Amino acid sequence: MKENLIVREAARLLIPFILLFGFYVIAHGEISPGGGFQGGVILASAFILYALVYGSKDSERVLSIRVSDPLTSLGVLIYAGVGVATMLLGGLFLDYNELNPAHPPAGQALGISLVELGVGITVSAVMITLFNEITRVFRK
Amino acid sequence: MTTLTLDIILLFLLVVSAVAAISVRSLLAASMFLAIYSLLMALIWVHLQAVDVAFTEAAVGAGISTVLLVGTLVYIKSDEAPAPLIHWPSLAAVMITGAVLIYGTFDMPPFGDPTAPANLHVAPYYIAHSLEQTQVPNFVTSVLASYRGYDTLFETAVIFTAGISLILLLRQSSKHKRKKRS
Repeated sequence: MKENLIVREAARLLIPFILLFGFYVIAHGEISPGGGFQGGVILASAFILYALVYGSKDSERVLSIRVSDPLTSLGVLIYAGVGVATMLLGGLFLDYNELNPAHPPAGQALGISLVELGVGITVSAVMITLFNEITRVFRK
Repeated sequence: MTTLTLDIILLFLLVVSAVAAISVRSLLAASMFLAIYSLLMALIWVHLQAVDVAFTEAAVGAGISTVLLVGTLVYIKSDEAPAPLIHWPSLAAVMITGAVLIYGTFDMPPFGDPTAPANLHVAPYYIAHSLEQTQVPNFVTSVLASYRGYDTLFETAVIFTAGISLILLLRQSSKHKRKKRS
């Protein structure tokens, strides 16, 4: 669809805003509706729009599977890593209070932000992987 | 009154799109009807003030799932095989199960009842303490990520497993084909 001017330019205008909205939903999930899962899906949809419009060759250059594959596990590792970190700090697994013993609620807020980021990374990378693998049949 | 009208309109459209999704022959049209179904479902969630769920439904149900379903259609025939004649035993099984489930709902507390068991267990504690304990105003997020942190960790692991399985299944098979061809 790269040769279609309207589709190409509309995608070019929309993608930055979709990405910004995705990051906003992940980062702002504690205050407004949303969170890692929804934000991750929105980030992935920006990539999918790009891949649909510009084709797999260009989308591979933006985010190759060599990057997106490790990202799928990075999110889970961040999530579980927060749990291990709280254990090393002397608490229970995923006991965010230990992240800031002087002020436990702040530790909770920090822990929640970190695990939401982990969820967002894994969800967006997995959605991108699903799309890449399912559309593999179209290539060459 | 207007809320009731809105409810009736949304639920009516929901049933129409669900019936349309299972009755059309073309699987592409069925995917589109499922997307419409998800979008209507998202509107219903908003109307029930479950905005977080509505957000997920709109992003995943109406968005990503549709793209993935349409992508899957490339692998398979895009028309459903002609339906066989009505299978009476299964129709009877479905009707009886449905009737039992509807009968079961008569014992459920009314929607939004503050004295319903689901609203008396841990929910009041979360509502009362979430802000002071976690500094997180949206307590849907604090319940998911902190009070129910293990659940969300393993949900993330499930998504990760789904991605890995798809890589193993599809990437390996396409490599295999390439080897055979050369």
